Amino acid sequence: MAIAGPKIRSIGAAQSPLLGAAMFSPAVLYLVLVIGAPFALAVFYAFSDARIGSTGLHFVGLENFRSILQSPSFRMALKNSVVFTVCAQIIVVVCSGALSIALEKPFRGRGLVRFLILLPWVAPVSLGSIGWKWILDSIYSVITWVLVWLHIYKPYNAPMWLGEPHLAMASVILVHCWRLIPFSTVVMLAGRTAIPKEIPEAAAIDGAGFWRTLFQINLPMMLPIINVAVLFGTIFTFTDMTVVYILTAGGPFDSTQTLPSLAFATGIQGSDLAAGAAISLFLVPVLVLIAFLMLRMAHRAEVV
Amino acid sequence: MIRTGLRKSSARIVHGTVLIVFTVLLAFPFYWMLIATFKQNLDLYAVENNPFILNAKPTLDHLRLLFNETRYVRWLGNTALVGVIVVAITLLLAIPAAYALTRLTGRWGQRLGIGIFLTYLVPPTLLFIPLSRVVALLGLQDTIWSLVLVYPSFTIPFSIWLLMAFFKSIPRELEDAAMVDGLTRFGAFVRMVIPISTSGILTVVIFTFTLVTQEFVYALTFISPESQQMVGVGIPIFLVRGDVYFWSSLMAACLIASLPIAFLYNLFLDRFIAGFTVGAIK
Repeated sequence: MAIAGPKIRSIGAAQSPLLGAAMFSPAVLYLVLVIGAPFALAVFYAFSDARIGSTGLHFVGLENFRSILQSPSFRMALKNSVVFTVCAQIIVVVCSGALSIALEKPFRGRGLVRFLILLPWVAPVSLGSIGWKWILDSIYSVITWVLVWLHIYKPYNAPMWLGEPHLAMASVILVHCWRLIPFSTVVMLAGRTAIPKEIPEAAAIDGAGFWRTLFQINLPMMLPIINVAVLFGTIFTFTDMTVVYILTAGGPFDSTQTLPSLAFATGIQGSDLAAGAAISLFLVPVLVLIAFLMLRMAHRAEVV
Repeated sequence: MIRTGLRKSSARIVHGTVLIVFTVLLAFPFYWMLIATFKQNLDLYAVENNPFILNAKPTLDHLRLLFNETRYVRWLGNTALVGVIVVAITLLLAIPAAYALTRLTGRWGQRLGIGIFLTYLVPPTLLFIPLSRVVALLGLQDTIWSLVLVYPSFTIPFSIWLLMAFFKSIPRELEDAAMVDGLTRFGAFVRMVIPISTSGILTVVIFTFTLVTQEFVYALTFISPESQQMVGVGIPIFLVRGDVYFWSSLMAACLIASLPIAFLYNLFLDRFIAGFTVGAIK
């Protein structure tokens, strides 16, 4: 800073790259060390035979990937990750779209309603998930109680929400949706306020009904913001292991295992760092794709 | 006339129904935590009782158990401590970086800013395996310092992004004026820009703190002893003894930890969302 001082004064209020570099390099250096270096290490591990507790480390080429691709748990995890993410995004977009329309106009108690609606997003995800674990409990589930009360099931004969593969998958998707709907709703609300009010109003005067206004005017205009919600939502779901870990820990019989939870089970709990790292690397293509789409969007906004 | 009237009132009914259904569904787990907190065990575990209400006198036993016989308070303390330190580190690194990238480095600073934002997309589940070795190598395993080291990696990128948007909105003339008055460029940043940026900085403080409390994967991976836990891991992992779930105490713990965080986050929500949507709304 002391060296940069006098030099800047001569430049005046314009840019001063030297001072700039001095000010941003600590942050950049930190990010390189704590994100860049571990990422490189993850790639390195994936091609090695690293294990917790063993000192020897050998390069094994594609061996890890070969054995992973042959393992049924991995295929299941890959499939689940995709299924969970896609299902959750579809449900979330539809629900939060409807909810954002309903929340748009001011009404009495909107602040409180907004707070309640936002709770799932703003509360720590692990705590929300443990709340759901109680709601989906095998014996004391409130859902079961309601179904018994409605005489849909007999007592003690109701389904085990987290104990049967398909129900467990549905439960995981449900909790992901529960958590993401608030986020998506607020993003879409922000997007809707950017739509000029005159256009839908003009359409209404011209006799366009609710659905027609929605599909031909509101939706196309909201598309960029829906994209934002879906891109972030995809990342939050695809890379999450908290919901699965707490609800089912991947069970029953790996039926709800996802890539992150399998990487944790293999790499940390199973001490097989190499295989765990290789599994988590399968997240990268999706992340790269999303980063690319976001860059394109940011670029477009810059040009417009 | 009658038809439009009907249409309007049916639209209002749909509107109200959507709001009520979603509010109930989204907030229900928290109601469920609240009611479980005060339920007597006899009531909680009686399948024939109506679970939506208290069928017996409310009890404080579960709260007593939580505060007296578990490490809950310690976990809250750990979380607060890590939160405060990570906030300090984040501010120290993110404020100068964001200012430099918006004001001092021109167009490529903006690009670098977007690059930094993209690192926010790198999830803990990609890095936790190599980082667990790094943490072990540094001797930080099983201490909260491992989290202090790693957490800024996800708080700094988004904070820089939020602050860049904030600094952009400050008129350049303010700095020019300060420099005419004899301050250096850096002096103008410290004495002029930072004081008028308090609301942006406060947003970063809240955002960072809530992210720290919400993190799960690193805390689960790096720390095993019960006494060193963060609240987000301690509750779901350590309030379960063997296979026994102390459901009421668990729910109380979740509720008590969630509400203040939710409240804070809610206050600043619009700013965070503005951070997420920059680029799509203009």
